[in-house]
Amino acid sequence: MWHVEILDAKTKDKLCFLDKVEPNATIGEIKSMFHKSRECHLSGKSLKDEDVLQHLPVGTTATFYFRDLGAQISWVTVFLTEYTGPLVIYLMFYFRVPFIYAPKYDFTTSKHWVVHLACMCHSFHYVKRLLETLFVHRFSHGTMPLRNIFKNCTYYWGFAAWMAYYINHPLYTPPIYGEQQIRLALIIFLFCQIGNFSIHIALRNLRPPGSKTRKIPYPTKNPFTWIFLLVSCPNYTYELGSWLGFTVMTQCLPVAFFTLVGFIQMTVWAKGKHRSYLKEFRDYPPLRSPILPFIL
Amino acid sequence: MSAAAPGTSKAAHSDVAPKKKKGPGALATAYLVIYNVVMTAGWLVIAVGLVRAYLARGSYHGLYYSIEKPLNVCPLCHIPGIVPSSVVLTGFQVMSRVFLTWAVTHSVREVQSEDSVLLFVTAWTVTEIIRYSFYTFSLLNHLPYLIKWARYTFFIVLYPMGVTGELLTIYAALPYVQKTGLYSVTLPNKYNFSFDYYTFLILIMISYIPLFPQLYFHMIRQRKKVLGHVEDYSKVE
Repeated sequence: MWHVEILDAKTKDKLCFLDKVEPNATIGEIKSMFHKSRECHLSGKSLKDEDVLQHLPVGTTATFYFRDLGAQISWVTVFLTEYTGPLVIYLMFYFRVPFIYAPKYDFTTSKHWVVHLACMCHSFHYVKRLLETLFVHRFSHGTMPLRNIFKNCTYYWGFAAWMAYYINHPLYTPPIYGEQQIRLALIIFLFCQIGNFSIHIALRNLRPPGSKTRKIPYPTKNPFTWIFLLVSCPNYTYELGSWLGFTVMTQCLPVAFFTLVGFIQMTVWAKGKHRSYLKEFRDYPPLRSPILPFIL
Repeated sequence: MSAAAPGTSKAAHSDVAPKKKKGPGALATAYLVIYNVVMTAGWLVIAVGLVRAYLARGSYHGLYYSIEKPLNVCPLCHIPGIVPSSVVLTGFQVMSRVFLTWAVTHSVREVQSEDSVLLFVTAWTVTEIIRYSFYTFSLLNHLPYLIKWARYTFFIVLYPMGVTGELLTIYAALPYVQKTGLYSVTLPNKYNFSFDYYTFLILIMISYIPLFPQLYFHMIRQRKKVLGHVEDYSKVE
């Protein structure tokens, strides 16, 4: 039998002393012996629920540090909420629901066909995201802090409203280069949507159902995944491409701002992901950049 | 049951080395001292300018024009400064100073003769002279108690005074901004973007409501922390 001592990660106070723990007990089982949703780490190194006690680098008396993560909410819930908002909000502006524009425009539709196209693209994008959340993604962590849902929804819903206001405005000005510009933008947009989806499928297939294993992603038979040769997080690369396409299609400055802010955030995430790939896998392909081939 | 070496349990106890506070090196200190002396001097120039102009004219009217140039430059000089207080709070303060001098007072000629301008200029001037002398003396490790006390006490009056001046000035600018469409962009245009400076100014004024109490009470808490222990000593006697 092993002894397990549990301390608070911040204050180092002794929270609990378990003196009859099986060596083959997993961290998850120790946590439930402790009855709270907490994160467990061993002197700096974070542990997973699947880790088994006797395989850890400790003696027969182990000291674990627990940190209370605060109120949590599931990733799926957050994603569904933050993506449904833009879908609904954009449509409200598209159909010119009352109290947005001058009353004489209520429930009218734009005379510019690019506005209809933009609505279809925007809606398609968020429907795709919702379906991916439900059927494609396999999440490493079940939950995130509760305050994230307010932060994320403000971001997505706020920007969606801001963009939709101008694109669907009665005084909207269509792209200067007309049909050429719109066609090119649409091709870029669709190409990147397919690309983004291909990457999500490739990432999903790296991980067997129900598991939380991590592997290096490699190009598959799908040409859209060949970008893995040059980039660690091509899902973000394609996402940037999609929104650049949408910016060119609508020629709308708020869309450009949204693209820029999204790009900055995704670059931060990509760099972090790239760094953790490098740390975890010694044979990680050296040619890859985090998000933009050779540049960033 | 496997018997692992008992010594390895020490690894779990490691971490927590006492954190040593690193002060700035000699070169950084020299830069900071010079910076703070220059800032103190800058605001003194404004203060002296105000007093002289008032004595010469005998009235408050039009004093803005006698200190317009240094007033527009001083807040900009806050930007390269490194001060030992929260980046967010200082950032806010610098932004609001620059905004009020350039984007409001300088841009809207009609408000330049308002008394409210004098109100916030006076408040800022006194505050900044005390603040920068405080930093200067702290760096030289010879901080007179009077300066410390002044820094953490004068704000009680000066801060609301400055805020009142700022809000009244923005409010005075509103009709002119609406009439001339200053800094505003309307639809239709090829970027499909619009910006209404008038509404923006109103939102700025509203933002004072959550922000001012936070900053004010932060200073009050700082005051208790910095000056509080002195009162405890005197109680012991």
